Amino acid sequence: MIGVGMNLEQFANFIHDYAQRLEALKDTLNELDNRIGDGDHGTNMARGFHTAQQQLQAKSPEDLGAACNVVAMALLGSVGGASGPLYGTIFMKLGGALKNLAQADIEQLIEGLQAAKTGIIERGKAQFGDKTMLDVWEPTLEYVTAHSCDEELLQAVMVARIAALETRDRVAKKGRAAYLGPRSAGTCDPGSVSSGLFFEVLISAWRGGVETIPWETLVL
Amino acid sequence: MGNASFVIVSHSKKLADGLIQLASQMAGPSVHMVPAAGLGDELGTSATDIVSAMETCPEDGAILLFFDLGSAYMNCQMALELSPPAIRDRSWIVDSPLVEGVIASSVVASMGLSQEEVIAAAEEAYHIRKVAE
Repeated sequence: MIGVGMNLEQFANFIHDYAQRLEALKDTLNELDNRIGDGDHGTNMARGFHTAQQQLQAKSPEDLGAACNVVAMALLGSVGGASGPLYGTIFMKLGGALKNLAQADIEQLIEGLQAAKTGIIERGKAQFGDKTMLDVWEPTLEYVTAHSCDEELLQAVMVARIAALETRDRVAKKGRAAYLGPRSAGTCDPGSVSSGLFFEVLISAWRGGVETIPWETLVL
Repeated sequence: MGNASFVIVSHSKKLADGLIQLASQMAGPSVHMVPAAGLGDELGTSATDIVSAMETCPEDGAILLFFDLGSAYMNCQMALELSPPAIRDRSWIVDSPLVEGVIASSVVASMGLSQEEVIAAAEEAYHIRKVAE
């Protein structure tokens, strides 16, 4: 059996597909963010990853670490809201773990994602349950660390989706939504939804065979 | 060390430009103040824009980053991490009300005081009442 992993082409496909899915989900993410934030999460993410994809094509980096850094810098320069430094940190930490690698195996990828998660915690100072993207990253990473064989990876997509949907009932503790207090309950956290989509597209690029779900009808 | 420089990190370009106009009037021309504000024509902040603004500051003085709210702080932190040590080691993120802090500390900076005193002036701005009780 060929081990599950990721090479440069798969990484480029991941960024390409994520940019496209974000563009398609842009209005939904904006609508969620309108209810509890400042209404621009979809626009910011779609613009950021569109820029990242273009930069990746223009610079054609030679290893995964360099590719992650191109994406990180593109996001830092083009996203604008809190997602800029947060998703920028994810790709910087991932890039550090995948430095000089043309291809990464599953252990290296998970190590990189763990570093990314630690980076998000340091940057945003959030805890699990605060109704932030960490509410998706924490359980998804915990799952893939314990279940990293090929078949089980598909299940990680479900873990990420459920985690994103579970933010609906929580009260926000961070960001603009926190000003709303209990009124922030009842709406899914837009950053958790974009993170749920992140894992769906990432795992699809790793091993294929991931069915997409109609996020727009589930989260609204 | 020369006078401290000020980088005004705001989601709004107009807010940063207006604040610099106002503070420059109070502090005079000896204090370098530069905006890192807005994202193109839209509201937002960017770590890479902050790095570029820091690079315009004189090499012999401290660099103080003032920010408006929320994610601007995260982008200030990222900008410090992205900067070379020669810049990072003389840069500080200041926790103060944006308008009052920048005005108070730019006046102190114009007098050539140390960056500790300049930062203290900004932080004290949290406690200065504008209307007598």
